[in-house]
Amino acid sequence: MALARVKSIALVGLRGEIVDIEVDISDGLPGYSLLGLPDAALLESRERVRSALQNSGALWPNKRVTVSLSPAWLHKSGSGFDLPISIALLMAQGEIPQRELGDHIFLGELALDGSVRPIRGVLPALLAAIDQGISTAIVPLANAAESRGLTAIRSIAVSHLSQVISFVEEGVIPEEVCDEVKEVSQSPFDLSEVVGQKRARFALEISAIGGHHLLLIGPPGTGKTMMAERIPSIMPPLTQAEAVEVAAIHSVAGALRDRSLDSRTPPFVSPHHTTTTTAMVGGGAHFIKPGACSMAHGGVLFIDEAPECKPGVLDSLRQPLESGLVAISRAAGTVTFPADFLLVLAANPCPCGKFNGKGRACTCSSLQIRRYLQRISGPLLDRIDIRAFVEVPTRTELAASEVGESSGVVRSRVIAARAIAAERFLNDPWTTNSQIPASHLRERFRASRDGMAFLHNELDHERLSARGYHKVMRLAWTIADRNGVTSPGLAEIESAYQLRQGVEIS
Amino acid sequence: MTKQTTQLGADGETLVASYLKEQGAVIIARNWRIKEGEIDLVARLNGKLLFVEVKSRTSDKFGHPLEAIGPEKALRLQRLALAWIATHDQWGADYRIDCAAVHYRAGLKPIVEYRVGVL
Repeated sequence: MALARVKSIALVGLRGEIVDIEVDISDGLPGYSLLGLPDAALLESRERVRSALQNSGALWPNKRVTVSLSPAWLHKSGSGFDLPISIALLMAQGEIPQRELGDHIFLGELALDGSVRPIRGVLPALLAAIDQGISTAIVPLANAAESRGLTAIRSIAVSHLSQVISFVEEGVIPEEVCDEVKEVSQSPFDLSEVVGQKRARFALEISAIGGHHLLLIGPPGTGKTMMAERIPSIMPPLTQAEAVEVAAIHSVAGALRDRSLDSRTPPFVSPHHTTTTTAMVGGGAHFIKPGACSMAHGGVLFIDEAPECKPGVLDSLRQPLESGLVAISRAAGTVTFPADFLLVLAANPCPCGKFNGKGRACTCSSLQIRRYLQRISGPLLDRIDIRAFVEVPTRTELAASEVGESSGVVRSRVIAARAIAAERFLNDPWTTNSQIPASHLRERFRASRDGMAFLHNELDHERLSARGYHKVMRLAWTIADRNGVTSPGLAEIESAYQLRQGVEIS
Repeated sequence: MTKQTTQLGADGETLVASYLKEQGAVIIARNWRIKEGEIDLVARLNGKLLFVEVKSRTSDKFGHPLEAIGPEKALRLQRLALAWIATHDQWGADYRIDCAAVHYRAGLKPIVEYRVGVL
């Protein structure tokens, strides 16, 4: 029989679909047709497979080769089908005996000498395979780290086509060369390195506890970036499920090298302010890649110089901020990536950056100053609970020998406060204070009598909008959790009011 | 083309012709040539017209002989077959286009590889 069939996985976003790869060899002019909506990289598989087979001592069939990838309607991309195609080819030719491999999947790109190269998206592909009841996966050795944590599937790491051939023929499992396991990467930064900045530190902590998005405003060189970089180090470590999800996204993006697979540190992603909307939310014609906001899933998305962003780029974040997901539609289909992140924006107070304190050094006109922060659109600012001013450290602060609290100390407070909130929301669909719906806030989560009176007074004097009112309440709950108070009183409300109103912009 | 390769091609065509005769075919024409090109062999087998392209090689160094038949050559074979049918007033005849590869190896008997109905 000149027909053989093996399985592989095609990724659509994070979702994996089993792909049947059929190879038929028939008489006719030598030729190769690849069916099933392949992209350019996949079409080139012919040349790679051919050279790899010949250089591994196998023969290329000088006949008519038809390769079909089904389901035929699914757009397939990438080089990961090289390995399954060549195995099916060898079986169809009778070079290796036909075997029933229905519960095996093959993943891998082939080099011209027959060695197996890494591909992206191995982890989500394996997760999909587990869902589909696949028992064994053949993966490139360079991707072996991605399969290591998974026990529900047997993965066989291979570095050369010949190893795959002897596995299919005789069941020989190649010895796994243990590549050095990377250290579980802790965030390399520590909050103790930040000098002074008592208020901003408080803002970071509250942000980490309640999941409140944050805007840091301050002149250049005051440490906005430095502080933002340290937020992951004070956030609670990711749970196992979250860590796998984050790793899967990074695997699809081909960026797992920057991040150890079993790292529990929340990711920190800082796209440049010239970034495009596509890079921010994800996209791509054939292979839809996750954008910065999905890469930051479970962690921090930090945008420095936020007002310098092109119009529309920041606003593209509104959908993920609302739903924790991004849906990207392209010709190839619609893909949904998780994008539940803590948004941290940093901005200078004005175009020249010197407008702080008395602002004597500032050369901007008052109109310029007013317009600068307005470049961040109102609807987006609405979703940002905390506006913190980062001030220039004073002489005494810089000279002080006492070191600020370390990330570890702050993190343990964050974890404790989050636990209190989680207990309160046991029967609710949300887990952090920033997610409490407004209606619940007014009924179930009221502050103390004097606290409410303070807010109502501000409302009456039109110093607070209805939206601001709710935001202050949410922040007050977070502060209460931090301070171990059962429900917010006047002190918490006032403190929250300051965080919220830190700077009045829009 | 050198004399040697021309001879090689002719030898290959003779081999294929005798192979076809063994199969019970009648050779109608050899090297039928018009301006557009040449048909190596025209034969009739069980009432069907066969147009055969023969490729002869002494090594596979430059790939399989039949790989030399690209899409352009295939199209020309189609056109030539129709031209033959037109000039011989065989409209409506059942026909097919075959290809044959003849492998010559020093000291060995040449091998004929015959592919039926390739186009």
